[in-house]
Order: sequence, then structure tokens, then C-alpha cells
Amino acid sequence: MKAIVTILAVAALGSVPLWLRDPYLLNALITTGIFVIGAMSLNLLLGFTGQLSLGHIAFFGIGAYVSALTSLGFDIGLPGGFRLVHAPWPPIVGFVLAILIAGLCGYFVGLLSFRVRGAYFVIVTISFAEVVRLVALNWVELTQGPLALTNIPSIALPLPGFGELTLRTKFHNYYLVLVVALIAYLLIARLVHSHFGRAMRGLMENETLAVSVGIDVTRTLTIAAVISAAIAGAAGSLYAHYIRIIDPEVFAFINTVTMVIMVISGGKGSLAGPVVGGLIFGLLPVALRPVMAPEAQWIAYGGVLIAILFVLPRGIVPSLAQRFMRRRSGAPALAPVTLTETSAKEPA
Amino acid sequence: MMARSIAMTIEQVAVRFGGLVAISDMSFEVGEGEIVSLIGPNGAGKTTAFNVMTGFLTPSAGRVTYRNTALAGLKPHEIADLGLIRTFQRTSVFPNDTVYDNLMIGLHRRGRVRLLDAILGLPGARASERRLRQRASELLEWVGLERRAHDAAGSLSYGEQRLVGVALALAAQPSMLLLDEPVSGMNASETHRFVELIRGIRDRGITILLVEHDMPMVMTVSDRIVVLNYGRIIAEGAPEVIRNDPAVIEAYLGHGAGRA
Repeated sequence: MKAIVTILAVAALGSVPLWLRDPYLLNALITTGIFVIGAMSLNLLLGFTGQLSLGHIAFFGIGAYVSALTSLGFDIGLPGGFRLVHAPWPPIVGFVLAILIAGLCGYFVGLLSFRVRGAYFVIVTISFAEVVRLVALNWVELTQGPLALTNIPSIALPLPGFGELTLRTKFHNYYLVLVVALIAYLLIARLVHSHFGRAMRGLMENETLAVSVGIDVTRTLTIAAVISAAIAGAAGSLYAHYIRIIDPEVFAFINTVTMVIMVISGGKGSLAGPVVGGLIFGLLPVALRPVMAPEAQWIAYGGVLIAILFVLPRGIVPSLAQRFMRRRSGAPALAPVTLTETSAKEPA
Repeated sequence: MMARSIAMTIEQVAVRFGGLVAISDMSFEVGEGEIVSLIGPNGAGKTTAFNVMTGFLTPSAGRVTYRNTALAGLKPHEIADLGLIRTFQRTSVFPNDTVYDNLMIGLHRRGRVRLLDAILGLPGARASERRLRQRASELLEWVGLERRAHDAAGSLSYGEQRLVGVALALAAQPSMLLLDEPVSGMNASETHRFVELIRGIRDRGITILLVEHDMPMVMTVSDRIVVLNYGRIIAEGAPEVIRNDPAVIEAYLGHGAGRA
């Protein structure tokens, strides 16, 4: 059943560029897809370990800048009169470096903050994103500061025997984003269903007990942070090479909030949640644009979020899945009761 | 009992929280394969002693050694890796997961495979998962909770949750098990079954240290009893010795304790 839904969803998403010719809509889908990847990575932390990263856009932005700088090259002065000159490399190398360096940043942020956790992690991640934004803004020699990095080349895929395929069109980029999203989804799915995923769940539900059966808190959470940051870095790289211009505004707090909204509305701790939430909130501006002013859009945005959480308090996917299961089994399924997730009144 | 090798040694352990002395000076040993009970009135320092032995608390003085490894400075998960596993008085399950998944989480120590193998779904990782599922089912059957396998652990009765807690601890492959008030909240027949379970665990070669208030149960199951009062050991010995020890009757059991 679940497999059929998944296959249908992938087939439907895969067919979109074949019948959708409107470049504006396709563009909206591509950027939404990129943010969905970011939301999935955030969900790995928030939904499966319970740690809220409110600076998650930092990893996304680092991925974007690393990838852009790798493919553009740079020439910067170092202390002591040295110069560091980097000749442009293929964007695909930038994509890989973006993943590695974002993951490395995830490692350090995780290592620093998971010893204390909770609110401290939230604060460390916010600060980290702000520090990175300030670096991007002020290290003009490297990043061009507010002038932005421009003319970032599109990703080119090496095709043995055929030279290479430069992914310049929206059609190409749509499939690129879709493939990366599918890989990220599969990676996260495998991870959370492995012994490692169970360790994360154990820690989230009852840390003391989890530790007592031999689960290493710091190691588990740090690995989750590394993978989460690496996936966000991949999304950032896709963003840089698709939009082809990035400035420090990529690190804006609102971008993290957007990802959090996608995760919460879709359902944290559910694999499909960020995808559903991401598609809704990524495409909502497109749907609202013809009918209301930008200011009103933000209000509508908030209204939709509140409405979703009021009707489906655990997020769209988990709430609907639970109702579906209940109808199928005929008897009321015993909802797991937690202190934080009090279900709203359900129709009898 | 004398010929037994020593599993755990507690030497002159003291725990002070500021001015409050939880344990003043505690020394005793637990032999391999023994069932030892630690008893004492509320606030005597029993759970504190457990927390010291499992690394959740650093003692102000003294040392704990398990199978020739000093536990000082080890984190709880590292101590668990030595095979020293505990249960908890209250929080003994992962409430939102099914009973079966609880055991799967508990099998963490046994299920460690390389992360990359798990992500790529390599045969080694798959085989490991199969073994874990098999083991989880065996454990469920052993504690008699097969029927509850797919219920959320938090929805079970108190007594059943205790059993899940013990099964979880067993899943972690203990060589010594520390049970913190395992039969509190159980009725007489559940307690009786639990005693059988504890003996079964011991027969598997697992050493057991028990903190419990249920005196008849403690007297039935223990090889040896250590009595703690106001953070000090006031008596130690076989159940029949403890039962008749005037200091214990005076300090702990109080009047009319002859019934126990």
C-alpha cells in the first residue's frame, strides 16, 4: 500500500515537466524542490532526534557558497602577504565539496552544542547562522559581500563518451532536483529504519533509558547533525547553480523559518511530512500571487499554517495516516499519548 | 557462595549532595551469578547507589569496580557496554513505540553495524536486522508479552511495563542486571511470576542486584541481602540472618516485622 503511494507520487512528480510548459510554475517547483530537500534534512534532526536547528539555513548557505566559489574560483590575500588563488573547478566538484564542508560544519556545531542540548542547541545554531551570514557579508574579497556572487555556472554532468551535459534549462534542473531529493529521501528512510534510527528514537523518547541500554548520545546526535547538514549543503549547492547568483541574504532567518514551517505542517518525524508540507508552503505563494498583495500573502501563509495545525495537530502526514489506519482496522487505534502532542478532539 | 568469583566491588562509596549525605560509607561485593538485594527504608540511598554503579552519578568518594574495570569516569553508555545494565523505577519504557520496537531499540548493543552498510542495505546489515527481529520475538515470548507486541508500550498496565523494562534490559545483553523496584505496582500473581523470571535470568548466568520494598519477594528470591539505612550498611547476610537481625528489625522493619 505504502509502496504504491510512493511509486505513484514519484511517477506523478517525474511527469510534471512533460506536460507543464509554464516556465514560471516550473521555476516555482524547482525552488520548492530545493527547499523540500532542506526541509527533509531539518526533519532528520527535528523529527527524529527532537533537536531544533534554528540556524539550519547556515548549512544550506555554506553549501551554496562553497559550490559557487569552487566553480567560480577566487583570489584572496592571507595574513603574512600570501595569496590563495583557486582556479575554477567543474560545478559538480563544487556540489561534492558543498556536501563535505557543510557536513563538517554540522560536525562542529553538533559537537559543540550536543553536550548541553535543548535550548542551547537552538541558540548555538541561530548564532552560527548569523556568524556565517556576517562572514559572507563582510569578507568581500572572497564573497563579494552584498554585491553577490554572480554568473555561477550551471551544473554539468559528465557523460562518458558524449562529453558532458550542462543542465541549463528548467527541464534539466527539475530532474536534477528530483533525483537529489529522491536520494536524500531514500538515505533518510534507510537511516531512520536502521539501528541508528532506533537509537535516535530512543534518545528522543527517553534519553536516560536509551543511555542505559548502551546508546551513545553525543555520537548518535553528532552523526545525525552531520548527515542533516550535508544534505542541506547539497540543497544549497543546487540552489546556487540553479539561481546562479547568491548573496548573504541566503542566510536570512526567514529561510530557516520556512523550512521549519514545512516540517511542522507536513509532520515532523514522518518521512513524507516535509515533502507534503514543503510542496504546500512552497507553492502557496504561487497560488496566492494572482489574488492578493504580498503583505496579505504572509498573513494567509500564517493562517494556513494555523489552520493545518488546528485540524491536524501532529502535522498532515502523521494525522492522516493515523485516521486511515483507524478506518481500516475498524477499531480505534490506540494513539500514542505524549505530553507534547495532545491530540485535538477526534470525531468518534 | 564462598567459592564464587567477584563480579562487582563497591568500596567505601560516599555520595553527598551539598550538605546532604545520601550515602556515607558503603562497601560490599556481589559475586558472579548471585542474586543480591539492597534494601532499606525510603531515602536510605538505594537508588543513589544504583546511579553510582551505572555512571549516572559520580560518587564523592570511593570506587566501584566491575569485573576488574574501575567505573570511575565512564559514561553510562560505556558502563552498559561492560554488560552492566539497569532498569529504572519509573521510566522503564519508550512509551510511544510498540513493545516490539522497544526491544528493537534495546538491542542496540547487539545490532551495531557500520552506518554505511545500513544505508546501502548491504547483506551484512540485513542479516543483522533479521537476527535482531528474531531475538526481539524470543525475548517477548520469554517475558510473556507476545500478545502485546504491537501495542504502544505506554498503553500497557504498570506491571506489564515493568516486564517490558526488564525485557529491554535483557535485550542489552547484560552480564549483570540491576533492577530498581521491579515489582512495585504488581499484584501478587504478577510478582510470583516475576520471581520465576528473575530466577530464569540468573540461570542464564546473569548476576542480579535488586532494590525492592516487597519484603516477602526479597526474602524468597535473594541469596544475600544488604541493608542500607541513612546511607550506611547496617546488616548483610542471607535472608534468614537478616530476618532475625535485631538491628534490621529495629531500624528498618519496625514492629510486627516477624510476619515478613
